Amino acid sequence: MNLTLALFLIVVGITLGITAWAARRARTTVQFWAAGRGIKGWQNGLAISGDYMSAASFLGIAGLIAFNGYDGFMYSVGWLVAYLTVLFLIAEPMRNTGKYTLADVLSYRMSPIPVRSAAAFSTVAVSASYMMAQMIGAGSLIKILIPSLDSALKPWFNWTILGTKLDPSITVVGLLMMIYVIAGGMVATTWVQIVKAVMLMSGAVLLSFLVLLHFGFNFGSFFDAIAHVKDSATKLNFTQPGILYKYGQKQVFGIDLALLDNISLGMALILGTAGLPHILMRFFTVPDAKAARQSVVWAMGLIGSFYIMTTFLGFGAATLVGKAQICATVAKGCKPNSNLAAPRLAEYLGTQFFGTTGGEFLLAFIAAVAFATILAVVAGLTLAASGAFSHDFYVNVIRTHILHGHVSDQEQVLVARITAGLVGFLSIWLAARVGATANAAALVAGVAFVIASAANLPAILFTLFWKRFNTWGAVASLVGGTVLTIWLVAIGPGWTLPAVAHPAFPLQNVGIVSIPIGFALAILGTYLGELAKADRLAERKFHEIDVRAQTGIGAEPVPVGG
Amino acid sequence: MEIGKRQPSSPSAVPPAEAAADAGPPPEEVAQWEGLEQTTEFRQLVQARFRFVLPATIFFLVYYFLLPLLNGLAPGFMRTDVIGHVNIAYLFALSQFVMAWTLAYLYIRKATKVFDPLAEKVRARAARGRGGAS
Repeated sequence: MNLTLALFLIVVGITLGITAWAARRARTTVQFWAAGRGIKGWQNGLAISGDYMSAASFLGIAGLIAFNGYDGFMYSVGWLVAYLTVLFLIAEPMRNTGKYTLADVLSYRMSPIPVRSAAAFSTVAVSASYMMAQMIGAGSLIKILIPSLDSALKPWFNWTILGTKLDPSITVVGLLMMIYVIAGGMVATTWVQIVKAVMLMSGAVLLSFLVLLHFGFNFGSFFDAIAHVKDSATKLNFTQPGILYKYGQKQVFGIDLALLDNISLGMALILGTAGLPHILMRFFTVPDAKAARQSVVWAMGLIGSFYIMTTFLGFGAATLVGKAQICATVAKGCKPNSNLAAPRLAEYLGTQFFGTTGGEFLLAFIAAVAFATILAVVAGLTLAASGAFSHDFYVNVIRTHILHGHVSDQEQVLVARITAGLVGFLSIWLAARVGATANAAALVAGVAFVIASAANLPAILFTLFWKRFNTWGAVASLVGGTVLTIWLVAIGPGWTLPAVAHPAFPLQNVGIVSIPIGFALAILGTYLGELAKADRLAERKFHEIDVRAQTGIGAEPVPVGG
Repeated sequence: MEIGKRQPSSPSAVPPAEAAADAGPPPEEVAQWEGLEQTTEFRQLVQARFRFVLPATIFFLVYYFLLPLLNGLAPGFMRTDVIGHVNIAYLFALSQFVMAWTLAYLYIRKATKVFDPLAEKVRARAARGRGGAS
């Protein structure tokens, strides 16, 4: 049995062990959705990091820096600064007013049926696009990093459903995430995320240490080496901005297109995080607002350190391995693949310091880290999406408000498990179906963060802080922001492969247009709702949510016996 | 009337969920929340938060967007080497991390010293109000 497969099986073994342990702690609704609110601040900080740092940020950013130098670092900066929005405005009010999902907070002072349905819709849209990108990425990564695994799986998972041939690697990732979520709920998901965060941090620290060791811990000579790497098209060296964002080439409305794209990306990055349902859900797992606050700070420490290390990984791969050598199989004339910058760097450093076996081991270790990374993120997403279906839509809209029934704890958990299974199957199928046609990178960077900032963020902020905000405004931003974003991305460049030469919308990052419109829709909807006298409750209930959000009076308690 | 309950537990024939959906909170409960909202302690809490969060948010937004703006509008300046081949663009990007951590530290300090005690006062007042009402 080869090394990669062995490490991969260890990861699977550890996570399934956690799930078996967690299964006994995921019986009641509050345990299933919120881990019994017994997660400590620092643990939740680790879990947030594990939930947040996806394969896109580990392999993706390292690859962007390795291929484009400095400009790839822009993602790292935005993804950390984003947490200030979460810390200042979102984390504590969320914990104080919420129960299990984002919609619990949004529907608090509004008409529950339309707002919960709209919030469930935007939650599913964000989680689904994020999930697609992760699953498609997982499929191609496993094929490249662990080819033996993919061929070993093929005879077992050679399934065709509704005319779509499932991808064996995607199917295995999907089945694992379904086991975690169905059996262990939030408890298992949290601990899988914590284990992943520890693995990812150790991997990044180890590689950064070896890169710096190679340069004798001399930053001067490290940066000299980076400055020797030149981009062939722009003639810039890799320490300089302008390689990925080619400033001064094209213009729209008299403004530099590359600059607009970069700012638009920045808006989605720093505002979107505060509206990601799978991240917000994590704040319901801690005992109180103080712990929610502490968990953001822990997450910021970990995420920030990790993103600084992405420069060592990316620049390290650029200088030590070189773009031409970063590809699936190391051979002459291979096709460079930026996702492989970190794995190839690991192989290079391992070989340099510990010989051939060392190189193989380090490559296998980084592959296992990447695999754990994907598993932890998709588990969090599955939980968020199934929360929207079962807790928001089934339990609250249909059973409670349309049928006026009482839903027992047992039924809630059962429905939660069933929807988690459905979400899992649907994403396996969709990922296999979409995989070949769409541009996965554009999906994750473009859609999930922009929907989160254009649809969810205005609804959250106005619910908490604007007295006049009402049902119409909430539905307008949740539905309008989501639909508008998807439409703009679909008519813009970068969605389909190969890219269209003259797209109807010029920017790949649509945030600069759709985020302000999302906020405008929330305001416009509110005033129209007032004119129509549609919702007189929202303003009266504002006093309650205002006091509760700030003070934590009446916040969901930690259940007795955890 | 108990403050802090999710649903108004008024003794009526309709199930609580239905009552919340159709009629909203009873006026006396609204009045209680409004009363808390108008206490000095609560106003101090909101003001203290606002005084920290608003300038801090404006600051980090401006500071963050300066980076892509300068990279795009003043590339020559940003590409200036400072120490060896470490240039202004890289140092400015690194300073964003320091900025984020510093603001987070300042927020936590403020929250522990100022916001938490004020919130505790409001909670104590709400508890007293509840005791008096029953």
